Amino acid sequence: MASGSVIDPIHQFQIIKIVELGQPGGVELAFTNSAAFMFGIVALVFFFLTFATRGRTLVPGRLQSLAELSYEFVASTVRGSAGNEGMKFFPLVFSLFIFVLTANMVGMIPYAFTVTSHLIVTAALALLVILTVIIYGFVRHGTHFLHLFVPSGVPAFLLPFMVVIEVISFLSRPISLSLRLFANMLAGHIAMKVFAGFIVMMTASGVVGWFGAVLPLFMVVALTALEFLVAALQAYVFAVLTCIYLNDALHPGH
Amino acid sequence: MSEPHGPAGIIVAQAAPGTLPAASGVEIAVPAAEAHGSNFPPFDVHTFPSQLLWLVIAFAALYLLMSRVALPRIATILEERHDRIADDIEEAGKLKAESEAAAEAYEKALASARTKAHGIATETRDTLAAEAETRRKSLEADLNVKLAAAEVQIAATKTAAMANVRGIAVEAAGTIVNTLIGTTPTSGAVEEAVDTAIKG
Repeated sequence: MASGSVIDPIHQFQIIKIVELGQPGGVELAFTNSAAFMFGIVALVFFFLTFATRGRTLVPGRLQSLAELSYEFVASTVRGSAGNEGMKFFPLVFSLFIFVLTANMVGMIPYAFTVTSHLIVTAALALLVILTVIIYGFVRHGTHFLHLFVPSGVPAFLLPFMVVIEVISFLSRPISLSLRLFANMLAGHIAMKVFAGFIVMMTASGVVGWFGAVLPLFMVVALTALEFLVAALQAYVFAVLTCIYLNDALHPGH
Repeated sequence: MSEPHGPAGIIVAQAAPGTLPAASGVEIAVPAAEAHGSNFPPFDVHTFPSQLLWLVIAFAALYLLMSRVALPRIATILEERHDRIADDIEEAGKLKAESEAAAEAYEKALASARTKAHGIATETRDTLAAEAETRRKSLEADLNVKLAAAEVQIAATKTAAMANVRGIAVEAAGTIVNTLIGTTPTSGAVEEAVDTAIKG
């Protein structure tokens, strides 16, 4: 019973080395399936956007509409959260959004690797956002940026506590930003794999199992729909939170 | 479902330390450490440097491609369309103003033409009326002359006729008297009697 029907929902997250690049300075480097998917995503996004807009037509076709829609969607999100000043970060937010969205969606293809299901990737993206906020905040506002941690209109004896709370909430931002995306993608893919595994196991156990497999089949269909929603939603959440954090860098002080 | 080796249960291959308990109570297999280098790939720190390296390169490439090529391209398209629509609206507004001016000019021309036509009609009517009046007057005068002439003629004719009537009456009276009494009266007496009868 044990052989042939082992379900390993973790296997899909495995990093496979395609080309080993040795160990410079004791650090193991390799071109992996994850890297291949990253470049695939970049190429997919770039070729889609350039191909869709190849005609530069006044009245857009379907693909061009899609490209324009993604542009205007992100642009309105940036404007809505960070104002017109925030548009200088538009390429960054757009790149983040389109990268996360495409990575999530590509991950929905069976056998494909989900780049965003790895904590190091989401953490790196979150750190990029927070470092942009911190560096731009200090360059633009100098020490005035620290007013972000000092809420106005708070009694003096409460101020130290408030500052501590604000600092902690600021520091937890990259953690929540990266963990949210990572955990959503990871849990969703595991759940799908587990329920799909039930179907395989039940059908393998005979005719009764075929009928028993109907329930997890419905679950898998529902979960797949849910995962598509989550994939799009998490990309949007990532972009919106990025905008909100960038707004702090643009306008510190409450 | 809760027993590990039930018919529908998932078979646990190797329960590694990092085994995740699933919500259904079924244990999910996590292959041994040597298969993946760690228990759980997302937490396998050996893969972090490679992933970071390629992520940095890939994301930098994406950022450059987006900010330098793709986004300006879409922005240009949107801007061109925006400009074009604004131009078209402006053009439409200009044409509308033009057509309104033309309509106004037309109304004006129509009104002036109407006034002019009215003037011409009045003038013509007056002229025609005056002309008719003159003609009527001349005709009347003409007729009056003819009437006067006719009256004169009638009077002459009447006088002549009356003269004739006296002659006939005298003759007739003489004849009647002769027939009645067999004597012929003197012409003077008859004439006197006729004149008395005519006057009476």
